[in-house]
Amino acid sequence: MVGPGAAPLENANPLIYRRSGERPVTAREEDDELPDAIDDREIFDLIRSINDPEHPLTLEELNVVEQVRVKVNDAESTVSVEFTPTIPHCSMATLIGLSIKVKLLRSLPDRFKLDVHITPGTHASEHAVNKQLADKERVAAALENSHLLEVVNQCLTARS
Amino acid sequence: MPEALSLLCRVSAHPESRCWALAWSPSGTLLASCGGDRTVRIWGRDGPGWSCRAVLADGHQRTVRRVAWSPCGHYLASASFDGTTCVWKRQENDFEVVATLEGHENEVKSVAWAPSGSLLATCSRDKSVWVWEVDDEEQEFECVSVLSAHTQDVKHVVWHPSQELLASASYDDTVRLYREDDDDWVCCATLEGHTSTVWAVAWERSGQRLVSCSDDRTLRVWERSESGSGTEHSWKCVCTLSGYHGRSIYDVAWCHLTGAVATACGDDAVRVFEEVAAVAPGDAVTFSLAAHVPRAHAQDANGVAWHPREPGLLASCGDDGDIAFWHYQRPEGL
Repeated sequence: MVGPGAAPLENANPLIYRRSGERPVTAREEDDELPDAIDDREIFDLIRSINDPEHPLTLEELNVVEQVRVKVNDAESTVSVEFTPTIPHCSMATLIGLSIKVKLLRSLPDRFKLDVHITPGTHASEHAVNKQLADKERVAAALENSHLLEVVNQCLTARS
Repeated sequence: MPEALSLLCRVSAHPESRCWALAWSPSGTLLASCGGDRTVRIWGRDGPGWSCRAVLADGHQRTVRRVAWSPCGHYLASASFDGTTCVWKRQENDFEVVATLEGHENEVKSVAWAPSGSLLATCSRDKSVWVWEVDDEEQEFECVSVLSAHTQDVKHVVWHPSQELLASASYDDTVRLYREDDDDWVCCATLEGHTSTVWAVAWERSGQRLVSCSDDRTLRVWERSESGSGTEHSWKCVCTLSGYHGRSIYDVAWCHLTGAVATACGDDAVRVFEEVAAVAPGDAVTFSLAAHVPRAHAQDANGVAWHPREPGLLASCGDDGDIAFWHYQRPEGL
């Protein structure tokens, strides 16, 4: 896995998408008496500002993550996220998926089961990447690797 | 059905971490656990509960993935993501590292002792299975074979209950068996059928069958076939249990006292299956669900282990860092 700065760029001129606006807060959410279920938009807000490992852009700006590809079921404690690599041979796909997974692991209560997949049909090694991301033993081992953890943390650090 | 499995006791074994695996000592007086906090912990009975007798913290630099007791009960081996396997010698409640086995290129995922106690097997993400010879007097371990049959990360190794026959489970979706052949170790069977990672395997007491559990959410029971020619083993899948598990199945244990099969699943549940007696010879092998605790753990269940002497005593562990002790009562009418 390569970190940022390892030239040449794989996808030199990516399409850039417009960011979504701030999420409107509903009257129900402002009522502290009512329980708030976690919804798709909240999960999307957690991951949309993750940095791309290659470009000074967010995953939302590159259309790697979209709100319609986030599915939450709060009652069943499941979260599923599909992400779309910018090109079908993107070697950063595993790193991007890992960053999404780590962000959600750190942000959500432990009860949630997280599934992070590549959008079907958008990557040449879709099955292999999905299998790695679903293997919690390999994810645990990867996160004990200080170099890899540093790269993931860079993707997760909000730019000023 | 839930009353078939009743909770006896729950202990927070690896707080702030996950508990990956459990192993009972051969006499059943001690239980070893290991986890993401890099430690191995030793548990003993304390009245109605269980208490920690020792914390083995100075052996590994990273996660300890699995532990295994030698058949004599004097040694404990621990497999770690730091690439090494430590062998600990027990004196009462004191454990001391007597050997550190090095050689794997990266994470060691599992370790197992042969029934004679004279061989040890380890496996790793480096796709290999190593067989080590144990010199008990010198407390030395020599690698006698490196087996590279798997094409991916090897998750689990376990020896046949009475013979020097080794089984391994892998990310390449297969189970493989190995035996010694003219001073060398060879892969003598490949069990194909699972459609994703095989996380663990367990032998039936007789050693004629084994059960495997997988990320494909099924259990498969494999039987040694009579039709095998010469010394080669022929194994076939005689039963597939699908539709019971909601997520990946991380561990399976086949009780050598009662024949019950327990599983630890990523949907937080612990389940127990019983074989349904055949009505006529030649009938298909079938198992039925005998117990199901949906929230056995607050997060993924990772390990299950039947007590070696007390029928129905089961321990489980999970990502919540807990060990749970259960009493299993076979439901009537099964």
